[in-house]
Amino acid sequence: MRLLEYQGKELFDQYGMRIPRSHLAHTVQEAREGGRKLGYPLVLKSQLTVGGRGKAGAIVKCKSGSELEPKFNELLHKKVKGELPRGILLEEMADIKKELYLSLFLNRSKRCYSLIASAEGGVEIESAGNKVMVDVPIDGLTAYTAEETASKLGLSGRTVVSFVDLTTKLSRLISEKEAELAEINPVAILSDGSLMALDAKVIIDDNSLFRHPELKKYEHVSELEKQAEVSGFSLVELDGNIAIIGNGAGLVMSTLDMVSDAGGEAGAFLDFGGRATTETIYEALKVISKIKRVDAILVNLFGGIVRTNLVAQAILDAYKNNLITVPVFARISGAESEKARAMLNGSRAKLYNTVEEAIQAAVAAVNR
Amino acid sequence: MTTIERTFNIFDILVGSKGDKDFGKKPVVIQGITGSYGSTHTRLMKAYGTNIAAGVTPGKGGQNFEGTPVYDSMADAVGATGAQISGIFVPAPFFLKAAVEALDSGIKLLVAIPEHVPIRDSIKVLEHARKKGARMVGPNTPGVIVPEVMKVGIMPAQPFKAGSTVVFSRSGTLMYEVSYNLTNKGYGQRLCLGIGGDPINGTNLIEAFDLILDRKDVDSVVVVGEIGGDAEEQLAEYIMRTSFSKPAIAYIAGRAAPKEKRMGHAGAIVYGNYGSAESKVANYAKAGVPVAKRPAEVPELLAKRLKR
Repeated sequence: MRLLEYQGKELFDQYGMRIPRSHLAHTVQEAREGGRKLGYPLVLKSQLTVGGRGKAGAIVKCKSGSELEPKFNELLHKKVKGELPRGILLEEMADIKKELYLSLFLNRSKRCYSLIASAEGGVEIESAGNKVMVDVPIDGLTAYTAEETASKLGLSGRTVVSFVDLTTKLSRLISEKEAELAEINPVAILSDGSLMALDAKVIIDDNSLFRHPELKKYEHVSELEKQAEVSGFSLVELDGNIAIIGNGAGLVMSTLDMVSDAGGEAGAFLDFGGRATTETIYEALKVISKIKRVDAILVNLFGGIVRTNLVAQAILDAYKNNLITVPVFARISGAESEKARAMLNGSRAKLYNTVEEAIQAAVAAVNR
Repeated sequence: MTTIERTFNIFDILVGSKGDKDFGKKPVVIQGITGSYGSTHTRLMKAYGTNIAAGVTPGKGGQNFEGTPVYDSMADAVGATGAQISGIFVPAPFFLKAAVEALDSGIKLLVAIPEHVPIRDSIKVLEHARKKGARMVGPNTPGVIVPEVMKVGIMPAQPFKAGSTVVFSRSGTLMYEVSYNLTNKGYGQRLCLGIGGDPINGTNLIEAFDLILDRKDVDSVVVVGEIGGDAEEQLAEYIMRTSFSKPAIAYIAGRAAPKEKRMGHAGAIVYGNYGSAESKVANYAKAGVPVAKRPAEVPELLAKRLKR
């Protein structure tokens, strides 16, 4: 779960990390209230879960009250990478002397946490120079390691004290809240030498949420995603018109690649996981039926114990109950496929021997 | 803080050596044997030839599951059977406790089936296993199979056939699909091992390759990867560094997946170029590893490499 900036900053605040004074607004009225509270100049920041806000013009300066309303309204309706903001954060302008980069993240290949810091903040970390990277044990970062890092970055005086304080708090946050990533880019060195977190990018491990009821309020899922989740499915909505259903994330991804190679565009990725029963397939079709742009459904099922006639039954039920009207192209490797083929005869669904054949037919049908 | 000693011999643990009294019949304990998942797959594993010697379900000690004794604790189950292998079928929230108990009881190979295990718990188990000189496969893995000998996991039997290639896979169903394609073209498998779909793997691709490095009964390896993380990039670097000599073929799922979206597996997510299919393909190319475009292309590429 990727938190919005203001949510990440709420956590920072709880851990005693310094952040700018701010005000979250969803309406012009709330924005005006924020302007009165914070004074000018201030910064307006779109609250999005996608990166690259700065480049996309979704962070803008606001010098006076007269600029507030037009700029606020523009941002509120500005999509970035297809996403509309969930609120605009108004923030005081910090007195910045210099910017740093700081992040703690789950290092997948090292299988521990790692800290990355750089004396060049505010740019993407891939392009930042003078990077320091340290492994962090699961129990957290020690003040000693933090101090060493500060000296490698060339920090001095009060900034060192502030850096040790900030990093140890961030380390406590990542371990207590079970985050995969907590990134502050940039960290501002203020004119008095102390540090302030100007941005917050926090990703929480979804699988740990069952023991973090306090983070539940940050969850943001659509009705459709919720329905899929309740059924134990993984669903990703995509832009095309062919919905792909299968058992296993890898298999569905692989099908997606082949659809794209064949000139088709996937409209949904649905992995229904474990067992292929009439009920689970029917549920999966129900979820897909809510996605309006779908013109064809591609089913790719692999398993030694899948009984294909049960899958065929689910598809027939879905047609009978008018749940779906679009054609279904299915490749089901399993037992009793002759029976399934006969059952689907005369319906808008057809069984294919290989996934390649099913894909060719589906792409040809939607491009007709 | 990561390397596990490279001498771990998974074949010795799973199958043993000729002359062992229990050669090919090594005892396995199933944790969570009476649950619906555990019981279904215990039946299938037994039918395949796995010696399921005991099960553990706290509070159900003294009962038996279709002839297999059930114990309250791993200490009791391992004490009674001498098992070194455990298959964990408990739900994710109970995984940490079950895994630590298994390791403390002397289990050397932990096959961690559950999906949705928190990352922190995986890391804790991994660190504990390291201290105990044990190995974890998974979590979120279909398990391991030595075709026509035994399996610990949830994979169907039909795609696999005994032979001399090896399949390592980050995806369950794709392990079945690719193995099935190999089997149909006459390439049986000595071992198929599910790395797992999580960001943290008990046995990562490099450690998996270490398992077969010196095996004379393995002539080739197929590695099924997917987007997310840098396991394939690290593997490519390892193949170059060690001048790995067995023919290796790769497949990568998720080329057409959008960025910053988790594609079903917790580990299948691309940030920028990190974890992208392009990066993986480019690194494999440097290491001379051909990458199949579709699962069905894997045996074709393998045939070409083996002919050389």
